[in-house]
Amino acid sequence: MPRPSPLSTIGSLIVIAVVVGCAGAAFAYAAGWLSPGRLTPSRLVAALAPPGGPVAGHRRNHAKGICFTGTFEANGAGSTLSKARVFQNGSYPVIGRFNLGVPDPAAADGTARVRGIGVQITTPDGQEWRMAMIDAPFFAVSTPQAFYELLVASGKKDVPDAMRNFAAAHPEIGAFGAWAKSAPFTESYAEERYNSLDSFVFADGSGADHTVRWSLVPTAPAVIVSGDDLAKRPKDFLEQEITQRLASGPQRWTMTVTVAEPGDPTADPSKAWPDGRRTVDVGTLAATKIVAEPDGPCREINFDPTVLPVGIRTSDDPFPSARSAAYAVSYDLRTAEADAYPGAGAGAPQ
Amino acid sequence: MNGVDRHFTVAQRVLHWVMAVCILAMLFIGVGMVSTVTTSHLALVSIHKPLGIAILILAVLRIAERLRAGAPALPADLPAPMKRAAELSHYALYALMIAMPLLGWGMLSAAAYPVALFPGVFLPPILAQSDSVHTLLWNLHRALAFVFFAIILLHVAAALFHALVRRDGVFQAMTAGSTTDAPRVRAAAE
Repeated sequence: MPRPSPLSTIGSLIVIAVVVGCAGAAFAYAAGWLSPGRLTPSRLVAALAPPGGPVAGHRRNHAKGICFTGTFEANGAGSTLSKARVFQNGSYPVIGRFNLGVPDPAAADGTARVRGIGVQITTPDGQEWRMAMIDAPFFAVSTPQAFYELLVASGKKDVPDAMRNFAAAHPEIGAFGAWAKSAPFTESYAEERYNSLDSFVFADGSGADHTVRWSLVPTAPAVIVSGDDLAKRPKDFLEQEITQRLASGPQRWTMTVTVAEPGDPTADPSKAWPDGRRTVDVGTLAATKIVAEPDGPCREINFDPTVLPVGIRTSDDPFPSARSAAYAVSYDLRTAEADAYPGAGAGAPQ
Repeated sequence: MNGVDRHFTVAQRVLHWVMAVCILAMLFIGVGMVSTVTTSHLALVSIHKPLGIAILILAVLRIAERLRAGAPALPADLPAPMKRAAELSHYALYALMIAMPLLGWGMLSAAAYPVALFPGVFLPPILAQSDSVHTLLWNLHRALAFVFFAIILLHVAAALFHALVRRDGVFQAMTAGSTTDAPRVRAAAE
């Protein structure tokens, strides 16, 4: 077999270099290294950090929270919308977390505008439904990109027009701003209504799909706390209150599923659906026991809202994908920093 | 070399090319899915997990077939350092084919995520939740992905070097074409 001439050897080496170079470039493109403008999960999470930087060992948002355990008691009515096991009549174990929509785990409870709940329901077939909901009736903006821009704008304290410019470009934030200004504060996590905000698709046993949002509607009547009074409350008053309240008995929320009609803005969580949509009460969430987060079962859970049982899937709403990507980054960061978490020293549960 | 078939077995060649497509897709999906918040993220993750398990299964079959059938000898005139590099890179590639899916499965387990291959089809956790174990496995999974891709680039460069410059039949051992000194006629005649 004749060996190739030196000239064709050079040609061959060039071919090899081009093949390897193109493969490397394609890989770099896929990884986003050639697209500095791409909104990566890491950039989104970094933008959540408070001015002093992220607090190591903690969730990057909704950093302050307290664990609870309880049950979800399905009444069977949800089976008309979804074949998910969790809607079949029965009682299923829950691990949850009451939390504040803040990046600082040391924030005073009275300072947080947004309160939230993380819930994980497990069914006997081993499937899990995780959700992370907040008490706002709709989200601040329409897209994950807009949310990132909101975080950047609100971080620019030295640019007086940053927020005004943002609001001009994203007028949907007006409704959220109005809610934030006017919505009353309650005195308890137990008195909050928590909303999925994002839409999801329920698939029923006949193969029909229903695009839905859901809420946890409190059975406890709301007791409103004035702004002045709120500022005087102890730093951890919500955590103390819910601990005492659960010591005297379980607290309950009705899970209400709202079904979209054709044309409803299913892809935009900043838009409420019109009144009068069909709702189905599918069961009751009962919180029975509070456990401080360092010792609690919720600390190790990423309440990724895309962990869904068969019978529920994501919709055309772009947020669950972004939330899943960002929550994973938050989880990866905080677990890598677990030594910084309070009580993580010798003898503490790992 | 006369009378010696310098091809890998048909099973080895099919496995090689199917896995080449799978593994390259896997690496691109992996770096892509962690770099975007769009709905592609979820779509890519939902491919990444079952494809990873498929690669694990194929890798087991492939190593079994390699142990059974061996490999054609490298050309006698191949310089010793190149022989050594070929052997080492092949060991590394086999090891990564097995290790990467297991690391991914393990890190999801250690993070208490359900390991869903398809809707309703779950793998059992292979580790208990642990912050430190999750971090270790996650870092390994990420770092070894880049190592894997780098070795594949070297592998491709070496294969093309054999095919275009040395023209010594090493590349053809993994293709359907004839090798330089063991014409396909012989294999076909059997």
